[in-house]
Amino acid sequence: MTTTSPSRPRTGSAEPLDVARLRADFPLLSRRLPGDVPLVYLDSANTSQKPQVVIDAIARHYREHNANVARAMHTVGAEATAAYEDARATVAGFIGAARADEVVFTKNASEALNLAAYTLTTGLGPGDEIVVTEMEHHSNLVPWQLACERTGARLRWFGLTDDGRLDLAAARRDGLVNEHTRVVSLAHVSNSLGTVNPVADIAAWAHAVGSRGAGATVVVDASQAVPQMPVDVASLGADLLAFTGHKLLGPTGVGVLWGRFDLLAALPPFLGGGEMIEIVRMSGSTFAPPPHRFEAGTPPIAQAVGLAAAIGYLQQVGMTAVAEHERQITGYALTALAEVPGLTVLGPTDNIDRGGAVSFSLADVHPHDVAQMLDGRGIAVRAGHHCARPVHERFGIQSTTRASFYLYTTTSEVDALVDGLLATERFFAR
Amino acid sequence: MTAAEVEAMYQEIILDHYRAPHHDGLRAPFHSQVHQVNPTCGDEIELRVRLGGTAGAEVIEDVSYHALGCSISQAATSVMTDLVIGRSVTDALRTYEEFRAMMHGQGKVEPDEDVLADGIAFAGVAKFPARVKCALLGWSAWRAATADALTRTDHGQP
Repeated sequence: MTTTSPSRPRTGSAEPLDVARLRADFPLLSRRLPGDVPLVYLDSANTSQKPQVVIDAIARHYREHNANVARAMHTVGAEATAAYEDARATVAGFIGAARADEVVFTKNASEALNLAAYTLTTGLGPGDEIVVTEMEHHSNLVPWQLACERTGARLRWFGLTDDGRLDLAAARRDGLVNEHTRVVSLAHVSNSLGTVNPVADIAAWAHAVGSRGAGATVVVDASQAVPQMPVDVASLGADLLAFTGHKLLGPTGVGVLWGRFDLLAALPPFLGGGEMIEIVRMSGSTFAPPPHRFEAGTPPIAQAVGLAAAIGYLQQVGMTAVAEHERQITGYALTALAEVPGLTVLGPTDNIDRGGAVSFSLADVHPHDVAQMLDGRGIAVRAGHHCARPVHERFGIQSTTRASFYLYTTTSEVDALVDGLLATERFFAR
Repeated sequence: MTAAEVEAMYQEIILDHYRAPHHDGLRAPFHSQVHQVNPTCGDEIELRVRLGGTAGAEVIEDVSYHALGCSISQAATSVMTDLVIGRSVTDALRTYEEFRAMMHGQGKVEPDEDVLADGIAFAGVAKFPARVKCALLGWSAWRAATADALTRTDHGQP
């Protein structure tokens, strides 16, 4: 890769990961694009690339163990069932769940959040309140809007400060979370701002209110958190937590809803069908206990196996090291991007409690044009509102360009981004 | 696409229209107003149409708009207004068909400059599938507004 930028000092301590060696595990990262330029993949918050071990695990499952789960009375069926349930245990261990049957497989984080929004709100009505934040991904906003339309409950939200953090002072002053609050649902890490929210503090607040004794239920959208930092559901104070496999080095088609077992056991079914039932009569049915109550139909079996392989890979690398790399590369990027004339970062610029997604505007060049110009140089970023339109509205920006980093991102890739942005700025300013 | 191909897509004509769009701003009177978005990128356009002429021979008297969007969508909307204002609805729709065919031609359709004027600059954009929608947003809004105006106007009496 050629770069015209002077080399920049790295922030922080020694490099926590051997990135060059890790990159060799990801076949797609060695792709060359038209013009024989290397791919610079800075769109991992959108979806991550997959290491060979994940690709192999999925292929091996289909080659050697493919059968439906839980209902096939034969050898490969038993193998497939064991692999699927082992994957559940692997996920549980990865996020600190008390038991494997607290892990529900869904098709993605959106389905997990819809499951939560549907089942948690069945008994709600006018007078009840649901609290979200202004920085939510649409997948943790629209399901709650739908639930409010259905039940008559009121949707409220944490506003944001100008530097892209939750306005906790205003929320406290306004009594945002109160005895009427039934659910508080928030992102652990914002996909657009990069902000890491103080989930444990907010969960403690939510659990302390409420006339029904138990406080409000806390739902966490951890789609951007679980891939890049150690996440422990117990210390987080979450009651339900959702994330997706494909941002976590795993395949598309599998997501996770974790829930405290007693809470899951008290929730009604979401989707009806095979596998989620106990006894079915024409007059009515009874339902399986969690997690199968929430897994109607044939689940994403090979995808769960692939996700378990991805988690195994990340555990081998070490999530603490992944998080430290993320912190360093994000700090490097924030420093480097500050040198680009006309560039404004949306969200925290101080690299404290900040994840590895940096959204920005570049003078008055539209993000689509920025992304197109960067793509011409082999640099993949996301342009638009990143499924978080309200947060853009909050900051009076129609859309942004977002670069996001993962364990395989190098400083020279950030340098390439900066060079591409400088060239883009020059092109449109002429 | 290589950097050179991308830069070639941004024809000088496109950048000129982007920097100084023709007929922009919302004007009255008008017969219809539509608001359209491209949900993938959030680009938005508010567009008004005023018709004149007589029944069966309606003329596009004015198209005014306020749009937020990329260079391609802004420039395409600007070019669109040049191509339709002052023309009969029938002619303007024929021009739209020509433009649409070019945009869906994957860069293989040879555009007719007599019909499309500055619109031929978008021939290269057709090679970028993700940008075709950008180039058609303004046209889409104009078509919807015109169809609406035809149902609700007494031809030239806003």
